Amino acid sequence: MSPTPPPSLLRVRDLAVSFRTRDADVEAVRGVDFELAPGETLGIVGESGSGKSVSVQAMMRILDAGGHISCGEILYSGIDLRRAAERDLRDLRGRELAMVFQDPRGALNPIRTVGRQIGDVLRLHARATRTTARAAAMRALEAVRIQDPGRVLDAYPFELSGGMCQRVVIALALACDPRVLIADEPTTGLDVTTQRAVMDLIAGLIRERGMGAILITHDLALAAGYCDRIVVMHDGRIVERGTPAELFGRPREPYTRRLVAATLRPGVSLEQLLPEVRPARRTVADPDPDPDPDPDPDPDPDPDSKPGSAPVDGASVEPLLSARSISLSFDTPTGQVHAVRDVSFEIERGRSLGLVGESGSGKSTTAAIVARLQDPDTGTLHFEGVDLTAVPARRFARHALRPRIQMVFQDSGDSLNPRHRARHSIAEPLERLTRLGRRERRDRVHALAESVGLPGSLLERFPHQLSGGQRARVNIARAIALDPALLVLDEPTAALDVSIQAVVLNLIADLRAERELACLFVTHDLEVVRLMCDDVLVMRAGELVERGTVHQVLEAPAHEYTRLLMAARPVPPPVAVVAGPSGPFGK
Amino acid sequence: MSASAPEPLPGARVSASTSASGSAPGAFAHARRVLRDNPVTLVGFVLLALLLVVAVGGEALAPYDPLASSDAVLQAPSFAHWFGTDALGRDVFSRVLVATRLDLSIAVAAVSIACVVGSALGAVAGYFPGALESVIDRLLDTIMAFPLFVLAMGIVAALGNTVENIVYATAVINVPFYARVVRAEVRIRRDAAFARAARLAGNPEWRVLLVHLLPNALPPLTVQVSLNLGWAVLNAAGLSFIGLGVRPPTPEWGIMVAEGANYIVSGEWWLAMFPGAALMLAVFTFNLMGDGLRDIVDPAKRT
Repeated sequence: MSPTPPPSLLRVRDLAVSFRTRDADVEAVRGVDFELAPGETLGIVGESGSGKSVSVQAMMRILDAGGHISCGEILYSGIDLRRAAERDLRDLRGRELAMVFQDPRGALNPIRTVGRQIGDVLRLHARATRTTARAAAMRALEAVRIQDPGRVLDAYPFELSGGMCQRVVIALALACDPRVLIADEPTTGLDVTTQRAVMDLIAGLIRERGMGAILITHDLALAAGYCDRIVVMHDGRIVERGTPAELFGRPREPYTRRLVAATLRPGVSLEQLLPEVRPARRTVADPDPDPDPDPDPDPDPDPDSKPGSAPVDGASVEPLLSARSISLSFDTPTGQVHAVRDVSFEIERGRSLGLVGESGSGKSTTAAIVARLQDPDTGTLHFEGVDLTAVPARRFARHALRPRIQMVFQDSGDSLNPRHRARHSIAEPLERLTRLGRRERRDRVHALAESVGLPGSLLERFPHQLSGGQRARVNIARAIALDPALLVLDEPTAALDVSIQAVVLNLIADLRAERELACLFVTHDLEVVRLMCDDVLVMRAGELVERGTVHQVLEAPAHEYTRLLMAARPVPPPVAVVAGPSGPFGK
Repeated sequence: MSASAPEPLPGARVSASTSASGSAPGAFAHARRVLRDNPVTLVGFVLLALLLVVAVGGEALAPYDPLASSDAVLQAPSFAHWFGTDALGRDVFSRVLVATRLDLSIAVAAVSIACVVGSALGAVAGYFPGALESVIDRLLDTIMAFPLFVLAMGIVAALGNTVENIVYATAVINVPFYARVVRAEVRIRRDAAFARAARLAGNPEWRVLLVHLLPNALPPLTVQVSLNLGWAVLNAAGLSFIGLGVRPPTPEWGIMVAEGANYIVSGEWWLAMFPGAALMLAVFTFNLMGDGLRDIVDPAKRT
């Protein structure tokens, strides 16, 4: 924005990085150019595989084995880091250029106390001696505003929470007063409130010390909140650069438009997340014994409408599922932990209930109990009037109601058996719980694959041969194979890139509209709830703190914790043009 | 990389992305690729094939009767007797060849038993935590607490000096290794999402364990089997060497080394050297196969 750009602190010109593989050299990044001015925060945004982390690792010369810089230069205060000797680089890293990684716990040595680790770094760069190390480490912890630095100093990393670990890592990075701070996904995996606290801390420290900073993230909204300028990377190239307001207001490149569109933001509708304007809600292509085969007659003009939330007539019918004072506690070495405490709720036929909370709130445990994978200590579950808790979870696999309640798992890589092809994974529930013959089963698997938009040829693939989005589809196809009445979804999109999240959320909505599925949608993201759910429960520390319709809770949250959750979510700048029914972005 | 590719819309016609690598490669093509990329494994397989041919061929391949003595005692290696002759004038080459079958059979039988029993114990201990797990753990610890060769000696001495008992003894001392590998593999996947999904799909617990979890322990298990085979060969020969198990005049590498050892000082080196080399070759073969074999049974190594 400034008319005369200040002299750059760090400058990367025409960077290309290749990786040696079995067959050939693969270029991971090419033609990357950017510079960083003192006091400026630059965001590098891209989805997985875009080359954003590789670019920065190349810059720091910490590429994995097999990777090398094939072209370009990296200028830092007159030195070309690409040609610098390893010895000089070691000196620069940490003292001048510091890095903060994702997974703070992994970045800390588990068998050394925090104080010693900070002391080591300080002594390495001659900022402290054996005698002053402890005091200096204490100051470093105070600088990142840790409440009780004395205690943290003597703690081992596993004794600290994730957010606290990330603060320690930041303290480590900043201990030697670097001039550039590089943060690679610093808050991925942290809760949204912790994310907010950590990002605010980083931003404050950057401002205080006038450092340059590079924030690498997949989250465009987060980058928009904390960066002065953003470069968007895709497929190893920079596709667009600009200020956050420019990127959101006037994205020039199709890829940026797609990314901006897919970024969840208040007031957006599900359809608007997709790059292309779709016709009315998809109908089943193949002949299906569906009671009402006519397509959704009215494309709802209200942008707040949620697909699949077709009102159910007959308000007095009994709920599909009712949970009564469910409680579950675990014994741990440090005492009893109440994972779920006296939780009651109901899910009505065809409705979608959101269950929101941060890690450790008990939401996933609740989901496992509802899916009958886990027994509660006390409390009952009634499904269509039948008491499910009468049969223990261990033997529930043979229960007559097993096909009626199914679950979609988060794709963290282990949702599909690594030894089974996609076809096998989808067919398994049919094989176990239906009497279909081999041929019928095969036809059914193909129909399921089609209904989740999975090309038939991918059915022969093993999970590691599928992308994250494709695995999510297999996961969903498996869950709906038995035509369940209730689908439990445990963070189904948390591990997916935003553009794929948009597609998968739409897919789930489509399926719900087609099949009149009731859902228990577990998520940490209130924006996802806004899009996908009719009602919402907010959980904290095993207890329900708020409940109501999505409209009520999100518009006027009654509980302070809900308000905290809502405030913590980064809100991207306004999107100038939203693709309407005839928006300009249709291809 | 492919994760960043724009996802097709649900229901949209997709043709471009499907042709990329069409159907997944078959198991055979995969095995061929692994072997091409691991020449060491290929060497291992070739040697194994050689050992198997010799084991099956046995007497048919041997130029002389391995048990027939002659006047030509303690002859140095020559064209007539490639590996020389022993104190009774028996042809060492024939004896080494014929011994292959017995030594490999003991090893394979012992490892098979150890693998099946160990995997079963490990799977149960890994899947059902609690009292049963503790019992199995203590049992394994008890076995591990002995010096294993001494334990094997004890078992053979107690049960009787037969080939079957060598097999059982070798199996017993190998059980803990399999149990530990399988227990760890089952434990880390017991609550994996795919195992939970299997329960949702109507699999009873035993099926989740047997069909979903146990096969995932296969890659590390094959490495264990391969290394263990070499070890078992050595162990069986070791027992025979000290006079347990196989009895003379049956040709067996361990006994032959033991008998030949007496003659090394007087210069008749070939008696111990050639059976020893055969033993080494067998151990070497099994060790070479390990990693390649793991890659073959692991579908995740398929691209």
